[in-house]
Amino acid sequence: MVDAAPSVHLAGTLVKRRGKPILGPIDLDLSGSGFTIVLGPNGAGKTTLLKVLHGVERLSDGDVSWSVPDAQAREMQAYVFQSPIMLRRSVRQNLAYPLQLLGEDKASIATKVTDWARRIGLEDALDRPAPRLSGGERQKLALGRALIRNPQVLFLDEPCANLDGRSTREIEALLKGAQTAGTRIIMTTHDLGQARRLASDLVFLLHGRLHEQGQASAFFSSPCTPEAKAFLEGDIVE
Amino acid sequence: MNEIWAGIQAAFRLIVTLDADLVEITLRSLQVSLSALVVASVIALPFGTWLAIRRFRYRRATIATLNALMGLPPVVVGLIVYLLLSRSGPFGVLGLLFTPTAMIIAQVIIITPLIASITHQAMRELWAEYHDLLISLNTTKTQRILTLIWDGRRTLLTAALAGFGRAIGEVGAIMIVGGNIDHATRVLTTAIALETGKGDFALALGLGFVLIALALLVNFAIHALSRTEREGTW
Repeated sequence: MVDAAPSVHLAGTLVKRRGKPILGPIDLDLSGSGFTIVLGPNGAGKTTLLKVLHGVERLSDGDVSWSVPDAQAREMQAYVFQSPIMLRRSVRQNLAYPLQLLGEDKASIATKVTDWARRIGLEDALDRPAPRLSGGERQKLALGRALIRNPQVLFLDEPCANLDGRSTREIEALLKGAQTAGTRIIMTTHDLGQARRLASDLVFLLHGRLHEQGQASAFFSSPCTPEAKAFLEGDIVE
Repeated sequence: MNEIWAGIQAAFRLIVTLDADLVEITLRSLQVSLSALVVASVIALPFGTWLAIRRFRYRRATIATLNALMGLPPVVVGLIVYLLLSRSGPFGVLGLLFTPTAMIIAQVIIITPLIASITHQAMRELWAEYHDLLISLNTTKTQRILTLIWDGRRTLLTAALAGFGRAIGEVGAIMIVGGNIDHATRVLTTAIALETGKGDFALALGLGFVLIALALLVNFAIHALSRTEREGTW
C-alpha cells in the first residue's frame, strides 16, 4: 500500500505563453485518494494543468501549494507522458532507472523490476531494447516505470491516446490496481467513455479556464454549465 | 606510381621485419595520441553534454567559440604551447618542452574543441528527447549529464574517434613542441615529414601506410569492443 496522498491547492494560477494566457487564472483544490479525470477538448489547458501540478511548468502568476513541502511533494509524484519517452536502454534498465536514481540496492531493484515486468506483461521482453517496443508496450512500460517507485500521486497525460482497445483495457487495469493500492491518480483525457469508466471526480476545462469540478457521477448526470453539457452530448465545443 | 608501389613494399618490409624504429615510433604515436584522447575526452564529453542541457547568458557565444576553435591551426597551437613551455615561458620550470608530455598537451588543445562540439550536437538531440522525463524524475544536473553520456555513448564514441583521427594525423604542433627527436619524441607523422624532407619518398610513404593502417585498426578495435554496429539502432 501507498501512504495517503498530499492535497494540493491552486490559487489564482495563471500560465501565459508569449503574453497569451493558456491556463487560468484558476482556483482549484484536489485532495483525497480518488481518480481525478481532467476533461476538455484539445487546447483546453489539460496538459498545462497537469504540468503545473507536477511543478514543471513556470507560472506567470498565482500559486500552487501542496500540503507537504514542495521538494517532498515532487518525490511523491510520477508522470506519464502522452508519447512515452523511452530511455535508449533495455526494458529491464528502463524499469530500474527510477530506483537507481533513488540509490536503492541492486538486489531490491532486481526484485522490483521482475515483479513490475510481470505486472505490465513484459516479463519476456526484459532484455529487449525499449525503443523497439510497440506503442501499447511502450505505454505500459512507461506506466510501470512510473509506478515502480510507489508514487503517492500519479499524473497521466492521455496515456491511452492512439492505443487500441486491448492496450487501453490493460492500461486501465493497471491504473485501477494502482488506485486500489492507494495512489492518487490525476489523468487527462478527452475520451468520455474512459472518463466514465475511471473517474471518481472530475475537472472540466475549456479555453484554459475551470468550468466545473466535482463528483464524476454528478457531472455526467447533471452538468452545471452549457459548455459541459454540450461537450457531454458530443457537440463541438470551441 | 613507382613511388607508391615502392612505398607499399617499404611498408610491407617494415611491418614484416618488425623494424625496431617503426615499432618504437608507432608505439610513441599511439601513446601520445591515446593519452591526448583520454585527457580531451575527460574534459570534452562532460563539457559538451553540460552545454547541451544548461541555459546561461553567453551560451550561444560559447557554442560559436567552441565551433570556431575546431578549426584551430595546429601550428599556432604548437607555437603558443612552445612559448608557454619554453625556458622563458611561465611553465618553463617544468621542463616539458621537447617531451611527449608537451606533445600530448598540444594535441589535447587541438582535439578538445572538436570532441566537445560533436558531443554538444549529439547530446542536444538526446536532451530534447529525454528532457521531460528527466525533469519529471527530479534528476540532479549530474544525474542528467551521466544519463545522457551513458545513453549517448555510441555517438560519443564517434566524437572520440574523430578526435583520435585528428590527433594521430597531426604534425604541425607536435613537430614544434616535440622537436622530432630520434628515440625521444619522433612519431609517425613527424618521421614522415622528415623522410619526405630527405627525399626518401618510399620510406615516407611506407610510414604513411602504416599510419593509415594504425588509424583503421584503432577504429575497428573500438567499434568491436563497444559493439557499435550490433546495438547501433537503439
